[in-house]
Amino acid sequence: MNRDTSISTRDKVAAGLRKRHRSELTFRAFGFIATAIGILFLAVFFWSLIAQGYTAFSQTYLTLDIEFSEEALAPGGQLDLEYADFDGVVRQSLRQLLPDATDRRARREMNRLVSIGAGYQVRDAIRDDESLLGTTQTMRVPAASTVDMVMKGNIDRTLPEEQRTASDRQLAWIDQLAEQGRLEMGFNTALFTNGDSREPELAGIRGAVMGSLYMLIVAIAVSFPVGTAAAIYLEEFAPKNRWSDLIEVNINNLAAVPSIVFGLLGLAVFINWIGIPRSSPLVGGFVLSLLTLPVIIIASRAAIKAVPPSIREAALGLGASKMQVVGHHVLPLALPGMLTGAIIGMSRALGESAPLLMIGMVAFIVDVPAGFTDPATALPVQVYLWADSPERAFAERTSAAIIVLLAFLLVMNLTAVILRKRVERQW
Amino acid sequence: MDNEVAVATGDAMEHVEYVESDANPSGDTVGNVKSDDAFISAEDVNVYYGDNHAIKNVTLEIGRQQVIALIGPSGCGKSTFLRCLNRMNDSIDSARVTGRITLDGEDIYAKNLDPVLLRARVGIVFQKPNPFPKTIYENVAYGPRIHGLAANRSELDQIVHTSLERAGLLKEVKDRLDEPGTSLSGGQQQRLCIARTIAVNPEVILMDEPCSALDPIATAKIEDLIDELSENYAIIIVTHSMQQAARVSQRVAYFHLGKLIEVDETSRIFTNPQHKLTEDYITGRIG
Repeated sequence: MNRDTSISTRDKVAAGLRKRHRSELTFRAFGFIATAIGILFLAVFFWSLIAQGYTAFSQTYLTLDIEFSEEALAPGGQLDLEYADFDGVVRQSLRQLLPDATDRRARREMNRLVSIGAGYQVRDAIRDDESLLGTTQTMRVPAASTVDMVMKGNIDRTLPEEQRTASDRQLAWIDQLAEQGRLEMGFNTALFTNGDSREPELAGIRGAVMGSLYMLIVAIAVSFPVGTAAAIYLEEFAPKNRWSDLIEVNINNLAAVPSIVFGLLGLAVFINWIGIPRSSPLVGGFVLSLLTLPVIIIASRAAIKAVPPSIREAALGLGASKMQVVGHHVLPLALPGMLTGAIIGMSRALGESAPLLMIGMVAFIVDVPAGFTDPATALPVQVYLWADSPERAFAERTSAAIIVLLAFLLVMNLTAVILRKRVERQW
Repeated sequence: MDNEVAVATGDAMEHVEYVESDANPSGDTVGNVKSDDAFISAEDVNVYYGDNHAIKNVTLEIGRQQVIALIGPSGCGKSTFLRCLNRMNDSIDSARVTGRITLDGEDIYAKNLDPVLLRARVGIVFQKPNPFPKTIYENVAYGPRIHGLAANRSELDQIVHTSLERAGLLKEVKDRLDEPGTSLSGGQQQRLCIARTIAVNPEVILMDEPCSALDPIATAKIEDLIDELSENYAIIIVTHSMQQAARVSQRVAYFHLGKLIEVDETSRIFTNPQHKLTEDYITGRIG
């Protein structure tokens, strides 16, 4: 063409090169800074969480010599293992260790050093083995949370007495017991084996974990089949017209509806109308599946759309029926994408607390749920409940519950990633 | 895209000074649309994509054991016509077909005819090789399996082996039947697709530019294969290569802007075309 222009292409390109490189460099710098900020926030989040929460995994235990004597267990007369004075036995053995508590007030303060869980432990021991009667056993019982906090250094001894949860006398006793080697730190098994409790040293997340697990089982069992079936129908079978457009828009809108609204819907429909027991993982699971359905449908439709049309044509051309095309070719190729959608949906469901508040899963529930219809709570709701509690010891347990929640999430995602890798095919 | 082509070919028409009054005012096809021993016959077929009239009044007969090549500029409707023959257009919501197409005397657009059965009788090979993301064996075995053509595993093995052999692929893949079909080269993949099609033992094979993505060596292999297959099947092949049409077909049909302009024996089309448009196309003035 016309070569004789005054400036050649070469010069024009060379003139603009520096500007192009500069804009690339700027963008890269910006991207790097954005990533670094993200990582920094994540690091701060994890650091504060773990620094706050790791102490909750250990707990102070008190070693007591418990005297299983008939007269100590039944000070009034007849021994009845249903109603015996187990707390009294514990108090008595504590009194032997700390003989200087003489007046009533001092004794009451002393009694508060040991958890009420100690009494339960004594009761369980004697019920399991009645031959213990008349013997003296060395038992390791949980100390009260005040003792635990003092041992962990969470109570400032320099504060005036009236501003501390532990009195001067209690501090002296704790030091005395520690000196005797009666106080020791151990792994906090109660955190993993117990349900919720008003006493921090007895409170555990097992109830919440089981509640969350049951709910997720219900949610995945409902939303995965329904979501994928809807996605397959809408993508492969439904005619494309104004109605399907309307449905598509509504599904997308549904994904953005605030979750608490789904809680209200669940309350109105599942509990008031259908009559599913409230606070149960069953109703929680149904509400969470409402929440995850749009996510799963949208992701599954995208995965189905991504299957190349040439594969569908190949199968159709061989005489496969529509159902065979979908079952033999489209689904296997779309399954990894559908699973990703399900993971995202389930992760969202696991972290939800707002809709559960509406359906009564915020109740204080001590028992670990044994089935889908038992009252239960969920991990994020447990975090909320503990964060709301005034006791100092619940602060660290809140962080511990968050750590467990994140671990739960990690395990779930890891399983799903492994599952997805297994079904993924090479092209 | 169709509009674009119409504009482009419109220029060409101006260039060759083609007017409606020229040669055949009624727009009828010149040459001979009839065939001895007609197996497929299309009568007054019209195809619409929404408002776009893609095929206009096409009448054509195709014989048993005949290779017919459909040629014409891009967007002229030859692929659309091909896809009408096994109802692949059904999956396009806006497509509408009128007229009558019969296979061995049976109306393939009849209400009670199942397209699944039709497609088992009329196989198709596409432009781009599209093996399933499965093993070579599974690719070939898929058709027989869904139609229940093999009673047991050894019969299925037999079908897979014969099909691969007839597609000229057996020697190359004999020892790696359990490798993915997508691991083969382009030419091998296309022969795998042909093997997959003939494994169902259809009566007609439709080929939509089967060699357009292949190199000359792979193309030569496919053309040899078409020669061999023509002994047993009616083959309808869409091609952009005049040489290929001349090499493999007995008859040639020339399409232009959705109309079937001329049909005749291959030798006559290439040596003595009757219609000005056909002549312009094969001499390279349109296309």
